[in-house]
Amino acid sequence: MSPVSRRTALFGALTGSGVLLGGCARIFGADQLTGSEAFRRVSDVAQSWTLHTQRFLLSDGAMAKEYRLSDLSPVFKANGTINPGGDDYARAAADAFANWTLRIDGMVARPMSLSLAELRRLPSRTQITRHDCVEGWSAIGQWTGVPLGLLLKAAGVAPGAKYAVFHCADDLDGEPDKGGQQAPGRYYESIGLVDAFHPQTIIAYAMNGRPLDIAHGAPLRLRVERLLGYKHAKYVQRVQLTDTLAGIGAGRGGYWEDRGYDWYAGI
Amino acid sequence: MGAKASAATRSALVNPTSGVTGPRSKRRQNREVIYRHTVLVRLTHWVNALTIFLMVGTGLNIFNAHPRLYWGARGDEYDHPLLSVYAQSAHGAVRGVTQLGALTFDTTGVAGWSKEAGEWTARAWPAWITIPSFQDLADARHWHFLFAWVLVANGMIYLAWSLASGHARRDLWPTRADLKAIPRSILDHLRLRHPTGEAAKRYNVLQRLAYLGVIALIGGMLVTGLALSPGIDAFAPWLIDLLGGRQSARTLHFVFASMVVLFVAVHLAEVVLAGPFNEVRSMLTGHYAVPKEHD
Repeated sequence: MSPVSRRTALFGALTGSGVLLGGCARIFGADQLTGSEAFRRVSDVAQSWTLHTQRFLLSDGAMAKEYRLSDLSPVFKANGTINPGGDDYARAAADAFANWTLRIDGMVARPMSLSLAELRRLPSRTQITRHDCVEGWSAIGQWTGVPLGLLLKAAGVAPGAKYAVFHCADDLDGEPDKGGQQAPGRYYESIGLVDAFHPQTIIAYAMNGRPLDIAHGAPLRLRVERLLGYKHAKYVQRVQLTDTLAGIGAGRGGYWEDRGYDWYAGI
Repeated sequence: MGAKASAATRSALVNPTSGVTGPRSKRRQNREVIYRHTVLVRLTHWVNALTIFLMVGTGLNIFNAHPRLYWGARGDEYDHPLLSVYAQSAHGAVRGVTQLGALTFDTTGVAGWSKEAGEWTARAWPAWITIPSFQDLADARHWHFLFAWVLVANGMIYLAWSLASGHARRDLWPTRADLKAIPRSILDHLRLRHPTGEAAKRYNVLQRLAYLGVIALIGGMLVTGLALSPGIDAFAPWLIDLLGGRQSARTLHFVFASMVVLFVAVHLAEVVLAGPFNEVRSMLTGHYAVPKEHD
């Protein structure tokens, strides 16, 4: 081989691999496939493998790592809604959420409503945990709240119930720059009962030793530490126990799930 | 022509002494053809190639959702990044900026600020390199986690077979003589000289090390990828401690992916330099024409 053809070959291979990678979405029709029903079905199968594998690995109730005070994020990024706004929420915020109630209903033996003051008198758990956003960043915060399992036990979960659904006080506009279904909507989330009864799953009313602030979900937010950030519903008003997610929102189990994200957020 | 000709060509390839005439076959008459790649190696190679291609493209789309890398347990927009890619307005113009430690680079047109469907857009990696081409974290994650399963299944089949059949020991693990020949092999590669004759029938030492290296790298991708999962972190908290924290794991995931891309670029360059037709054919059919001593 002459040096020229060697150089040409090397250059050709390097640019070739670049060009191959570039425009790949078009070559493989990946853009078109992405939105298709067939692709969604296949990717749902992969999601269910992930869910079942992780449920198996976590079947002994493994705990999320807890950190020290010195690990706290100096500023904990507030994401999603940073203020629900609206007259009702503004009024509630003005009197320090004294009249805020958390309602637990649906498939429970004893539906109940608890005020913020009542929740604060119940046994609490404080944990310093890492919040992992689906986008990729992580922040560490200290959370204090009532174990959700305690509340659910008090309410008496009916046989057949599968999910705890969290109804929130905020509307969100989605990600207009990121594709997908982006109609504004009321925030909600859902988790399975395995996660609902996990000891680190709490309805938090305090963060870093102070009452929860508005940007981080005042007065109540969910902490469900083995799942990604979008599961940690803020501004929680109601916990509904149900055996199906159909009929709530668009039926896929949460605000972001209705906009394409996976229901199982352990990955 | 057609079927007859291709059958004749094939027999010439497999059996160099077959009585096919003509100028092309004459040239091939004393060319030795060996069976180089088993069906399993070829199959897993191409599945792996497609999978890595999709994992890199979808990974870059996922990266775009938060185009910053950190070291340690945590890292968000208030923490100091090791690497960040962003768009910046200056003097009435928007520039794409890539910042690595204390250094900043103007990467307008490629990273930070690039054209998507003809429109200038603020996005870390450009549309032509990400899968899907449009920015969508949810969709990119679907692809990434679907093909992660394919990667694991394919990799396990390959590894199990390679260990059981002796492929790993025979063809990949370098011998003592191989290791001694490293300096010479490096020199040969730099001079773009490829083994011929008997030496071409086996993988040379740099090839062995590169293939073993990329297997280790894919293992590293898997481990660092799993460490990003909050579920796996609860199952195996030691994993993330070992890697220096979740954000370190994310950074390493990106570094290892870059090394995989580097491997692919060098791999393709070597295929082209060593004779793309023969090399690609051997990975498709298994049959490899051994380059002659004074070719």
